[in-house]
Amino acid sequence: MRPSMSLSHFEASILFALFASVVLGVVTKKTDQERLRYGVRCFAYFVVALVGLGWLMWLGHR
Amino acid sequence: MPPKPNPAQSALPPVQPWPKVVLLSWLVPGGGHFLLKRSGRGALLMGSVVLMFIFGLLMRGTMFHPQTGDLLTTVIYCGGFIGDLSNGLLYLVTTLFGYSQPDVAGHVHDYGTKFLVGAGLLNILAIVDAYEIALRKKD
Repeated sequence: MRPSMSLSHFEASILFALFASVVLGVVTKKTDQERLRYGVRCFAYFVVALVGLGWLMWLGHR
Repeated sequence: MPPKPNPAQSALPPVQPWPKVVLLSWLVPGGGHFLLKRSGRGALLMGSVVLMFIFGLLMRGTMFHPQTGDLLTTVIYCGGFIGDLSNGLLYLVTTLFGYSQPDVAGHVHDYGTKFLVGAGLLNILAIVDAYEIALRKKD
């Protein structure tokens, strides 16, 4: 059966990063402020890794 | 004169037996946190895990079945099955209603499979967190 939701690599990865960052932020730190900060930082790391790996693969396929 | 209750201690949730908390956390993502009166965190965990699982279904991800053979096959299929099973009721209800997606080529299906397993793995983190709160190892 065909998927009823079709996302690009970028969209799917961003969604994955978002959910993972929320959970990592909630379970890791002690105060709400620390949780928010850690969640945002995790998400930023995910996005940086995503863009970096994307460029690396683009260069590898040239 | 009776000792005054410590305000920090009175803010703690009532002690819950950890097996109940762990079981509820597994069955309902974030449920253990709700039981321990950590509703905000429970809602965030529940929202993340449930949404991730639903996106995985909408992308028609494959559910893993335990399979043994060489080491890599065993790790991937048994590990994937444990990840899927960790979604609790979401997994049980989905399989009960006959969701069966064959493993086909395509990046959307592949992301769906990863979303289903990833939701289960995030739920394991939530279970461990609820367990530690129940034991008062963390707030």
